[in-house]
Amino acid sequence: MKQLNIEELKEIAKEIRKDVLKMLAEAGSGHTSGSLSCVEIIVSLYYYKLQHDPKNPKWPDRDRFILSKGHTCPPLYAVLAHRGFFTHEELLRLRRLGSILQGHASLFTPGCEASTGSLGQGLSISNGIALSARLDEKDFRVYCLLGDGEIDEGQVWEAAMTASHYKIDNLCAMLDYNKQQIDGWVCDVKNLEPLKAKWESFGWHVIEADGHDFKQLMDAYDEAESIKGKPSIIIAHTIKGKGVSFIEKDAVSYHGTAPKKADLEKALKEIEERG
Amino acid sequence: MTQMKPTRDGFGEALVELGRTNKDVVVLSADLTQSTRAAWFKEKYPERFFDFGVAEQDMFSTAAGFALCGKVAFACTFGIFASGRAWDQIRLSVCYMNLNVKIGGSHGGISVGPDGASHQALEEITLMRVLPNMTVIVPCDVVEAKLATIQAASYPGPVYLRLGREPFPIITDEKKPFRIGDAIVLREGKDLTIFACGIMVHEALKAHDELKKEGVTARIINLHTVKPIDKEEIIKAAKETGAIVTAEEHTVVGGMGSAVSEVISENCPVPIKMVGIKDRFGESGEAWQLMKYFGLNSDGIVKAALEVMKLK
Repeated sequence: MKQLNIEELKEIAKEIRKDVLKMLAEAGSGHTSGSLSCVEIIVSLYYYKLQHDPKNPKWPDRDRFILSKGHTCPPLYAVLAHRGFFTHEELLRLRRLGSILQGHASLFTPGCEASTGSLGQGLSISNGIALSARLDEKDFRVYCLLGDGEIDEGQVWEAAMTASHYKIDNLCAMLDYNKQQIDGWVCDVKNLEPLKAKWESFGWHVIEADGHDFKQLMDAYDEAESIKGKPSIIIAHTIKGKGVSFIEKDAVSYHGTAPKKADLEKALKEIEERG
Repeated sequence: MTQMKPTRDGFGEALVELGRTNKDVVVLSADLTQSTRAAWFKEKYPERFFDFGVAEQDMFSTAAGFALCGKVAFACTFGIFASGRAWDQIRLSVCYMNLNVKIGGSHGGISVGPDGASHQALEEITLMRVLPNMTVIVPCDVVEAKLATIQAASYPGPVYLRLGREPFPIITDEKKPFRIGDAIVLREGKDLTIFACGIMVHEALKAHDELKKEGVTARIINLHTVKPIDKEEIIKAAKETGAIVTAEEHTVVGGMGSAVSEVISENCPVPIKMVGIKDRFGESGEAWQLMKYFGLNSDGIVKAALEVMKLK
């Protein structure tokens, strides 16, 4: 895979954000603000770290990415299209009857590794994949993106214990810590802090990063890979709705709402200008 | 004297055999390794055995992860915790992706006995058969449980095996043909048909002999696979015998009897009576005492048979 510099990655992130907004506006429904918060996490993974081959999506030795927060599939779909798993035109068929792009991440989409959407299941699925790699003596790695609201689910902590118990070090979780969930600020709905200490006490290596800073994310992915004997998590501090001021300001309302077509031009323009 | 053995033993024996013949088989357990007989596999193939502690939801989604990598993942716990506590994980992680996860749900039914309602799984057949892609099997004895488990490993997609804790009489043998999805006619009869699964197959055979004394000949069918259901055999029985009794150690709400009646009512409506738990929770008691208390025995089947005959 050709390594891109940070300016190039930023350009890709811009394109992905624009695609996400166009897809959601066209679909008329979907999860906007949580999709925008995890763009750099997914872009840096696919353009810097993840060993994969769009021409051979089922390559047995590929790294796996499990989108546990399955509702924020639009940036994943956009990245998969950019990588060439399917055509760009497919993106505008998001959530349509018969589309390969379901409303939540699904195995039907080329390049998508698991069906998710009922929260809290992806980390367990990732553990199963990582343990299979160990049994088969393969050295691929597994990446799993969690939402901050999602980790209210008890199953996440069951899986966190499993990963450290079995010393699953070919696993890296990423937490899109955008601080807001459907009912409001995470700290008001159900406080997660002290979050770093929680994961550490569960036996994980914890890396904190600015989730919109490519340098920090790439360093974090490298650090995670270097850690042996325990799983790693990147707590990525992000902004819900990142890139579009009217969505950032109203991120909770835009959790499960698509931008209106009338607002689309304004949003696209801002992304282009803000960079 | 009829030999007795629990169906969970057949499951455990099959796991050991599969461990030897199929390197892709992995076994997962949620702190019930002895009870589900997963321990027998663990002893032989510890590197392919994984314990999750008391964390069923985690176990089933992890099983899905294994299956995504080509493994055949047998996940074992009590039926109540598999079908109830981890239903959403089985629905999304397992069934929606149509993965090779095979569920060993032991301690099914009222015959769990003294542990009482919290542990008596009376709803698994219902909960599992509503899931697309799921296969549901209720073996009648240890021999059938072993055959079903071995076939489940190579049967495509998710499979739920309902297993019992108590020893059941052995009424089949390994040489008799068993195929997932094919109902087995055990006795011929022309006056009515009794469909049974699990321990109730043995009771149905007893009922057959008692009914014979009354001059009634009952066809007895072992409906071990509740899904996919053997429509052909059910329609044939309805047409030829004109009345149906179903018998299951399970709630009648949505269970095997409901599955049979769905087929009959759409294809060949005839009177039907269902023997099972009547929409209530169980309670503590000795296994066979409870079976009698809830009418889950040959007397209950005979009574239902005579009633349904009057409706013909």
